[in-house]
Amino acid sequence: MRVGIPRSLLYYKYLPFWKTFLTGLGLEVETSPMTNKKILSSGVKIAENELCVPVKAFYGHCAALKDKVDALFVPRVVSVEERAYTCPKFLGLPDMIAAAADSMGLPPLLTPKLNQREKPSEFKWQLINFARREFGLGRLDAVAALETAKLAQRRYQDSLAAGRKPVDLLPLSRLNRPRRRPARTGARRVGLLGHPYNIYDGYITQNLIARLEEMGVDLIVPEMTDHHILMKAATDVPKQLYWSYEKEIMGAINHWTETGQVDGVIYVLAFACGPDSLIQVLIEHRARAHKVPLMSLTIDEHSGEAGLVTRIEAFVDMLMRKK
Amino acid sequence: MRPPDQIKITTPHMGNLHLLLDDLFGRLGVEYIKPPRSSTKTLQLGIKHSPEFACLPLKINMGNFIQALDKGANTIAMAGGHGPCRFGYYGIVEERILRDLGYEFDFLMLEPFSDGAWAFYKSFASLSAGLSIRRLWKILQVSFAKGRAFDRLRKRALMVRAYEANHGDTGRALKEAEKIMAGAGTAPEIEAAAAASLRLIDSVDQDRERDVLKVGIVGEFYLLLEPFSNFDLEEILGNMGVYLERCVWVTDWIAPRRDNKIFGYPKQMIEEKAAPFLSHNVGGEGRETIGSTVLFAERGFDGVVQLLPFGCMPENIATSILPKVQQKHDIPVLTLTFDEQTGRAGMVTRLEAFVDLLRARRGGRRIIAAPEPAPDRNSCAACERKHVSSCRF
Repeated sequence: MRVGIPRSLLYYKYLPFWKTFLTGLGLEVETSPMTNKKILSSGVKIAENELCVPVKAFYGHCAALKDKVDALFVPRVVSVEERAYTCPKFLGLPDMIAAAADSMGLPPLLTPKLNQREKPSEFKWQLINFARREFGLGRLDAVAALETAKLAQRRYQDSLAAGRKPVDLLPLSRLNRPRRRPARTGARRVGLLGHPYNIYDGYITQNLIARLEEMGVDLIVPEMTDHHILMKAATDVPKQLYWSYEKEIMGAINHWTETGQVDGVIYVLAFACGPDSLIQVLIEHRARAHKVPLMSLTIDEHSGEAGLVTRIEAFVDMLMRKK
Repeated sequence: MRPPDQIKITTPHMGNLHLLLDDLFGRLGVEYIKPPRSSTKTLQLGIKHSPEFACLPLKINMGNFIQALDKGANTIAMAGGHGPCRFGYYGIVEERILRDLGYEFDFLMLEPFSDGAWAFYKSFASLSAGLSIRRLWKILQVSFAKGRAFDRLRKRALMVRAYEANHGDTGRALKEAEKIMAGAGTAPEIEAAAAASLRLIDSVDQDRERDVLKVGIVGEFYLLLEPFSNFDLEEILGNMGVYLERCVWVTDWIAPRRDNKIFGYPKQMIEEKAAPFLSHNVGGEGRETIGSTVLFAERGFDGVVQLLPFGCMPENIATSILPKVQQKHDIPVLTLTFDEQTGRAGMVTRLEAFVDLLRARRGGRRIIAAPEPAPDRNSCAACERKHVSSCRF
């Protein structure tokens, strides 16, 4: 049986885990191609028009996989840590895709529910039970697949912490790598803040990473800092955030400003992103308080290349002159 | 926090919540500075100081706060929550913006009772010197009873307006009835006032022979509860001869119980109805929107109107799923999105078109008798003595 993993949303966080786990269950895994014009516009056509651009792209990736696979892997990631949620859209994603499945002609969906909100250890049983229920696997086989998957994920995260970016590690992410050597070196350190599914999707953010590296800036992303440090730094807010991925963003800006390891920050947020629209206030306040230049870049499916290039060039030039 | 006798508290507006709070703060002995009624000016102030794509309720809240602080309030009380909807984090963001604007005030985040009873009590104790748990409990009970009576009046008005013989009678009767209610103090007085005020609304001159449409209103709670944010949509529809029911009420929404006394159908039942389409809580009213739409369809309603602020995450999920519900249960749904740019005329045109469509769809079928109203949990014979959350009708 061939299972499709759409190259969107949590793909950038958990691909090694999911791929290894599904392969361990004896399935063939197929990922959709990188986001391109066709994928995004097919997603935009189907999806509700108020959704954020990464979710629209997700619809498109599902459509791109439909003829190649026997089932689509769309997990319901409710929570990845205690007392927190992910974004509501991840909670409803399987239902949203299922509602459009008939009109899109999608294959059946595999939707394991992952919820660590009440008890972190639950997660293990949710996956083991999923494997046993859907594929009739023995408990030992499921545990073996799970453990190998955890190892793969740990290796991935270690490489990230060692300074590599998801675009260097995940297959087929060429587009978002610099094509020529940086023109200037020894330049400024820029923190790139935002959701992995936006900043590492070369089509949605117009190769932002490659462009910045070609300008010769030292790019720092949240994944380079140890997860525990980020989570600890994220507690420096008046009330604990209840969205895990926003916590990472908040933690990154708090950590960067605290240690002074960045000269400037570019904050990428998708238009109509719910959680980001609120924490934007706190992030901008934090940057202002620590006198770190910050540029918020709002992106959507209509974002033009020229406008983006002009803005990042101006921002980087400003950083170069500042010192 | 300031000592209780210096506190001048304020809260944002949300429908008739201020009627309940008026009563509650009066009993607690706290001075309550009500923000001026939400207006275009409120919204302008809010937009100016809010993040661009925060949802509309936050922007109106901000306007309310600024106007109330200018009026002399020195303490802000705001409800909290634990997500995943944005609402639970509103307070923090609003406080940050107001402080950056240079306002000085105390900020009280009122977390839900289920997140910790002691913290809940402590928040109230900081407002009122020497408040015992027992007294707080009594006060909350009486204030809630009064709040429910206000909700019942509104609910009855929605049902009656479609039949009123003289345009505007129901609105006038409602105002009169709320005045009667506001004066009631003790529990027996509240009961008597509730009965008298309901009678007042029922006594509106009605044309029971009229052919009315039945429409359910679902969606995000603030948009449903606050007439300013939805251009008084309920009155517009009522005047078009539409019998209305809505699935969210102030006291249902803030009560810790899940039995939806005012709406009449417990939350658990609504969640079961939603399960085939949306099997997990997505925050806000996402699941309730789906479940209530199914419920309205099963009860033979002609159509459903969904209201949401632009960018509302739970409602956007519901909107994505509603086409499937419409198809399966054969019920038309009109989705209306609101933000600061929304104009009244555009909305009215769409409502008129929707009502025309519903009339055409009904064809020759005429419903003369009044539709079966949703059960009112207080008048239920089965559970007159005790409200059990699992009670079904």
